[in-house]
Formats: sequence, C-alpha cells, structure tokens
Amino acid sequence: MPGVLAVLEQRDGVVKRVSHEALAAARALADDLGCDVHGLLIGPPNTSGDGLGEYGADKVLASRDAELELYQASRYGQIAAEQVTAGGYDAVVLAATSLGKDLGPRIAARLGCPLASDVTSLTGTDGIVVTRPVFAGKANRRMKITTTPSVISVRTNAFAPGSHARPGVFEEISAGGEMKPSDARTVAVKAPENAALDVAEAGIVVSGGRGLKEAEHFKLVEDLAQALGGAVGASRAVVDAGWRPHSEQVGQTGKTVSPNLYVALGISGAIQHLAGMRTAKVIVAVNKDPDAPIFKVADYGVVGDLFEIVPRLIEEIKRAKEG
Amino acid sequence: MKIAVCIKRVPDTETRIKISADGKSIDESGVKFVINPFDEYAVEEALKLREQADGEVVAVCLGSDASQETIRTALAMGADRGVLIKAEHVPEDPLVVARALAAELEQGGYDLILFGKLSIDNYDQAVGTMVAELLGLPSVSAITRLEVTDNRATAQREVEGGLEVIEFSLPAIVTAEKGLNEPRYPALRGIMLAKKKPLDIKDVELDAGGIEILGLSLPPDRKDGRIVGEGPEAVTALVDALRNEAKVI
Repeated sequence: MPGVLAVLEQRDGVVKRVSHEALAAARALADDLGCDVHGLLIGPPNTSGDGLGEYGADKVLASRDAELELYQASRYGQIAAEQVTAGGYDAVVLAATSLGKDLGPRIAARLGCPLASDVTSLTGTDGIVVTRPVFAGKANRRMKITTTPSVISVRTNAFAPGSHARPGVFEEISAGGEMKPSDARTVAVKAPENAALDVAEAGIVVSGGRGLKEAEHFKLVEDLAQALGGAVGASRAVVDAGWRPHSEQVGQTGKTVSPNLYVALGISGAIQHLAGMRTAKVIVAVNKDPDAPIFKVADYGVVGDLFEIVPRLIEEIKRAKEG
Repeated sequence: MKIAVCIKRVPDTETRIKISADGKSIDESGVKFVINPFDEYAVEEALKLREQADGEVVAVCLGSDASQETIRTALAMGADRGVLIKAEHVPEDPLVVARALAAELEQGGYDLILFGKLSIDNYDQAVGTMVAELLGLPSVSAITRLEVTDNRATAQREVEGGLEVIEFSLPAIVTAEKGLNEPRYPALRGIMLAKKKPLDIKDVELDAGGIEILGLSLPPDRKDGRIVGEGPEAVTALVDALRNEAKVI
C-alpha cells in the first residue's frame, strides 16, 4: 500500500522537534489518504529511531552511515528519492528548515514531481490540497497537487507534534553509495559568530528599528530580550545601515517569525516588516509616533520615548519574574 | 570565467497586496516591479568574480516582455549581456520554471550559475537547487560567503545554530542569501551603457507541471489592540497585561 514518507532531521543522532511536526503533518495527510506513514531517518550510525511511533510513524526506515552525520546534499537527496521510488509513496513530507528547504527541491527535481514549500495547512480528502504563505505572508495561496508523488515542506510551528500509538517498526535500509569527488561536500559546521538564540526559532522576539538612533543603543534591545528570555530581531533599515547582522532581520527580505510575543521598539511598521511578524501571537509596540503603522497590528502599544520606557520595562519585567 | 545569473521581476517589498478579480492572483495595477532583492546579491557576486578572474556575466530571466527592464537593471549594474526566456506568465510551479531555465543554461557552458536564494513573490526557495539537480551540478543554497580559486570553491550557509562550510568544484550553482555582499547601485554611466548591451529574446514552451492554483487570499486581520498608555508610567499596566491578560510572560 502506498503511503506518506516523512523525511526526518537529526542533530547528533537525535531526531529534532521540527521532525515531530513533520510526522504530525504526514500522519494527518496519511489518515486522509488512508495509508501508512514511514519515517526516513538519515544520519550517523548512532541515530536513534526510538519512540517515533508515538509521533505517528508506522515504520521507521534508517539510512545510517558515518558520512551522513552532517547534511550532505547530494547523498541525502539520492537516498530520499530512491526510497520514494522503491516504496511507491504518494507524498514526501519534511520540515521547512534550512536543511528541508535545500533537500525538498532536490527530491522533487530528482523525481520530476511538484514541490509545495513552507506549507501551513494540508488535507488529503479530495486530492492533496495545501495552503502556503506567499509574498512573505502578505497573502496565502491554496493549491491542489495534481500529480503523484509530491514533496511538501511544512512550516515550523504550523503543525503540533501528535500523540499516537503507532508501531514505529525500525528497519535498517541501504545508506546508498559513497559520495562522488564531484559532489559538494559539507566539511564542517561552525558555531555562529554570535551564539545568540535564532530569531526564527525563538518564542519571544524583541526587535529594534531606526528609533534606536544609533547602533550602540541596541544594548537596550539586547537587555530587554535577555530579561524576557528571547532573541534579538531587527528592522531592515538598521540591518542595511550595518548596525545589526542580516541574520536578525525580520521581514520580507529577512526572516518570517511567529513567536508567542513580539516586541517592536522604535519600528514604524513598514509593510515589508509587518509581513514578517504579523502572525506573532501577541505584539507589543513602543514608538514615539502615535500614528505609526505598527500600532495597527499591535495588541498593546505604548506611545513615548523608548529611551525612557524600555529601561523601566526591563526593570519591571525582572521584578515580575522574581516575584 | 563564464557566469550566468538568473533573475526575476517581482513586486517591490513595499507593495500592498490586492487580490485580482479571478481570486487566484494579485492585482498588478499600480504595483511597482523591481529586480528580486536576493538576485541583486547574485548579480553583485558574479560581477566581483568577473573582476577577479575576467570573463563574462550573462543575466538570464524567465518572464514577460516587461522583464526586459529587469534585465537592463542587471546590465546597468555591470552584466555583459542578457537573455529573456519569454513567458507571458511565470508559473507558480518551481519545477516548471527550473526545467525552462535548465534547458537554456545547459547549452551555455557556464562555470558558475548564481540565483537569489528565493523570489520574494512565490517564496519557494527551490528553483536554483532544482536546476542544479536537473543539470547534475553540485550546488549550495542560501550562501553568505563564497571563495573561488581556479575550479574549486568554498561556500558558507547559515543553518539553525551554526554555519555550514561546503566545498565543491566548478561548474556549480549557488544561491545567494542577504549578507553575501553589498550590491552596487547602477551608476548613470552603467545605465547608459546598458541600453546598448545585447539582449536575446527566446521563446519557450512550458510544461503543465503538477500544481493547480485554487485561490489567493489575504491573511485575516489581527484583532484590534489598544494603546496601554503614554510614557514610562504606562509600563506597569503593560507588564500587568502581558502577565495576566495575554499570559505571555
């Protein structure tokens, strides 16, 4: 019986949470289609497939080899594509992480099949129909996949890991051939230059904009982020001015974030910025201009001088956390 | 060194999206179109490599006639010539786009092909990587650093919690992330020169692909918020609301 293949991501041999989300999406799709979910685990020899039945896997196929510890694009792509063909799967589901955004297109191109990226909802009751944000979230596109198989990457935080009682039967499969000298080879993963929490993964984000006036004043943003246990974000204006690294940029040419709490300090709310953060659960804005567009999307706004407001906010949050 | 840069014409980031009458696409009236911002990093990197190693930079674009303007932008930045693969509508299925581009690029004898990491309209982040797979070339996506020595190259890409370092040989494909470089602005001289640079226009037959668009909609409005107050005196009320009402801290 055909099924859904969830390609799982590991780090140091441990399956990542985003892959539990991918299994949840795969499970929901398989239930609509009336088929099984197989997890495909690609990683080093110590990669564990334990407990994946609880996340919805009927079977766990493990392709394990020392050369697969780091993400090796061509070999990962080959293993996944060959498994799809061998198993006759209807669909491939994977998390839209930096790995998934690279691997998904490779699998789709090798199979000559459609790809739907960064999907936020999917059903399989009348063919496979997905919804995905386009224009960085300024609009949502619904589309039907008209050929089989297909590759679907799912957005982080869009599918909650499930609680199932599936067998999750473990099976070792071939790890494919060795890499060719002509293949691109990942030789190392270096620690990032600043070891801060990634803005795209954080539950709380504190972002600063031009209202900070100078790069040095971002200390206020960092201090508030630290008090809240969140990550630092930045507007395009301050990234383009060289105050902050581009990895912190939130918006249409930066990252799209959906944290529980987003705090915008001195950010007016250009439309390309709003596109990147409007799906946050709670938005707080501090801005001296009461007519700033950011207040139109904010749940809570404070009008005034951020240099007076933010230090007080840091103090009160620290006190609230202690109390 | 022969380099191709694949570019796309997209609505500017300041565009406020309106849905057209068909309910499936955007209303393009009054929309300002620009070269895809990530493609500017790709063009810049190509120009830097040409300055270092000599050769030719070709800007390749799949799009309607209006995309000639986009190609002229790349030519004004410094690309040597352009190729427009003419399609009235750029398909939403990334594999269909990748196949059309691969067919053009395959014959070009390029040492390096660059793309922006994604186009800010469809947001797929797929086409460059797909072209690499279709042509059987090594590729690295979303790079923030590239070093090329003879026919060997090293690239870096940001991943969650780290920086991957990838080695590969040319010919190859890379896609550019913001941070790779600072794109130059076309100078007046460049704009004048661009008008005289060659621009080939080619026809293409696109296949049907496997994606049918059912609809395009705007995200739901956020529920109305409120101004908690003015100045530092409002902080106590704000913290109280975040703790007891929103329950996020």
